[in-house]
Amino acid sequence: MTAALALTGVRKRFGATEIVRGVDLEVRAGERHAIIGPNGAGKSVLFNLITARFAPTEGKIALNGGEITGRKPHEINRLGLSRSFQVTNLFHRMTVFENVRCAVLWSLGHGYAFWKFVDRLRDANERAREIVERVGLAERAASPAGILSYAEQRALEIGITIAGDAKVILLDEPTAGMSRTETEAAVALIRKVTEGRTLVIVEHDMSVVFGLADRISVLVYGQVIATGTPAEIRANAAVREAYLGSAAHA
Amino acid sequence: MTRSRLALWAVTLLVLVVAPLVFSKGFALSLLCQMGILVVFALSYNMLLGQTGLLSFGHAVYYGLGALFAIHVLNLNKVPTPFIPLVGGLAGLAFGLVFGYITTRRAGTTFAMITLGVGEMVAASSLMFPAFFGGEAGISGNRSQEPFFGLTFGPQIQVYYLIAAWLVICVVAMHALTRTPLGRMANAVRDNPERAQFVGYDPQRVRFLMVALSGFFAGVAGGLATLNYEIVSAESLSALTSGMVLLATFVGGVGFFAGPILGAIVITLMSTVLAGYTKAWPFYFGLLFLSTVLFVPGGLTGVVVLQKRLWDAGLLSRVAPVYVRMAVPGLVFVGGAVVAVEMAYRGVRLPGAWLGTFAAMAVGLLAARWLWRRESDRWAAALEALAGKAAP
Ligand SMILES: Nc1ncnc2c1ncn2[C@@H]1O[C@H](COP(=O)(O)OP(=O)(O)O)[C@@H](O)[C@H]1O
Ligand SMILES: [Mg+2]
Repeated sequence: MTAALALTGVRKRFGATEIVRGVDLEVRAGERHAIIGPNGAGKSVLFNLITARFAPTEGKIALNGGEITGRKPHEINRLGLSRSFQVTNLFHRMTVFENVRCAVLWSLGHGYAFWKFVDRLRDANERAREIVERVGLAERAASPAGILSYAEQRALEIGITIAGDAKVILLDEPTAGMSRTETEAAVALIRKVTEGRTLVIVEHDMSVVFGLADRISVLVYGQVIATGTPAEIRANAAVREAYLGSAAHA
Repeated sequence: MTRSRLALWAVTLLVLVVAPLVFSKGFALSLLCQMGILVVFALSYNMLLGQTGLLSFGHAVYYGLGALFAIHVLNLNKVPTPFIPLVGGLAGLAFGLVFGYITTRRAGTTFAMITLGVGEMVAASSLMFPAFFGGEAGISGNRSQEPFFGLTFGPQIQVYYLIAAWLVICVVAMHALTRTPLGRMANAVRDNPERAQFVGYDPQRVRFLMVALSGFFAGVAGGLATLNYEIVSAESLSALTSGMVLLATFVGGVGFFAGPILGAIVITLMSTVLAGYTKAWPFYFGLLFLSTVLFVPGGLTGVVVLQKRLWDAGLLSRVAPVYVRMAVPGLVFVGGAVVAVEMAYRGVRLPGAWLGTFAAMAVGLLAARWLWRRESDRWAAALEALAGKAAP
């Protein structure tokens, strides 16, 4: 079976500093794969390389077996990969419903049409309504995204990310800055909406990671030092030394 | 909501039909024609500025080239007069496709710079090809050709109704466009181009299509100008014209579909009616633009919409006394400023007059500031109450 996502020898240099230093990573189709590591390890940069926000200095990236290195972000999205951002990234002046509806349009084949009304697109409106409901924002559907609370914006960000029905979902610290209860709600939501899809998640909260992930990769200083099941990672001496130990102290 | 919107459209139509019967004098009628043309032009500009977030300094290129193609085709005597604006539109669309391809490779400041460059290039080519661009004198035409269903389009009133018809078509089409997938994605690209990419859209393609389509409507406006003035000169595609449509759109309010309509009406009135009273009218228009940018970024429409929302929330009666009290020193200051400007333009040298004027302005300003310190709380409270009511 081909991997949902495969990185081979990926490197990224910003000026003189190499941030990602030769990453090989395989994400299996249908699994929930967490990427953990200390701050500044290069996790967000890795996401940006996968989604072509940055071009890798070296290496190859393949989605479902097909190489995507050098493609544009919108092309990669159309191939079935969608992402959220660590810093909330919405259409702030549009309503919650409009945000989600914009995110479903392409996947339903409406493209750049200027000869049909969005309000009359039955499929798009139904799908958008359903997703707004699924992420728990039905009551906020008519509010501008910019005035939502932080947790609501994060939920909307997840809604937009899954709206296009991508089979591979990348979430960058979806629970960062949330309270305990908000985190629990967010994790339940993530579990629900990524059912039957491949999930790659960057997460700092270890209880979230060990509860959610099928496999975990540990990124330290731009390199993957270990990949394995939660139990394997917990037992890995190198990981304990490089990361988990220090996290426990912090 | 839909019903009130329908009523709005109906009233607009009625006004368009009745206006020339009320303002039937030659001057008023040509004023209405000018307004109609500028409304179409400004709305087409706002497809870029307000809806797609693209600041263009060269929009007159599409208007001017549309007008030029329209007048050359008019002079062929092959296309019936009512369809001449369509010729302008198609020319605008064609150039929108070409220049849009060049300009939309980048957004933001780079886009603005490239539009300026393209505008200058086109303006410069008018010197290289005087036969097409008309040189110093411009190109004249005659709009009354073979009668079209009995209409010669010689009399201004017939041209008025032709402009009104095209105005309605264009306004309806541009309004409809805002509610299509492309229109919505233009807003999305304006708000957050990166997010738009990650939901599958190519922001560059969205911008390109919007530039091309707005080129079409700008070209229609140019074609209407051709019929209205029966002469086209290189000025119609100059940076001056580009700047004028920018100012009109911004003053009217870029955040509202109707904003440019209001802006076009105001600038037409200023450039004709006000210009009849004072040579200083561009100065006043500059001041109006400056005050809009500084104090009401939502434009005149933003001000109107805010009053309507206050009214709907039952809060207007709370702030009305603030308006009345602020109006007194405000009018003293503005009145003083107007007197100063007029004296300057007329070369008045009397020290006493200047001293008195400056004194009045100073008194008005100080009084306004003093009063505002006492009134601003009431104003802020009303706005807060409004925000509270807006959120569920
Ligand atoms: N666009 C950029 N240019 C230069 N350096 C960057 C850029 N983006 C990230 N970095 C650097 O790369 C390192 C890794 O950042 P990041 O991937 O955001 O860490 P994290 O693992 O916490 O997500 C940091 O030192 C950061 O300063
Ligand atoms: Mg990060």
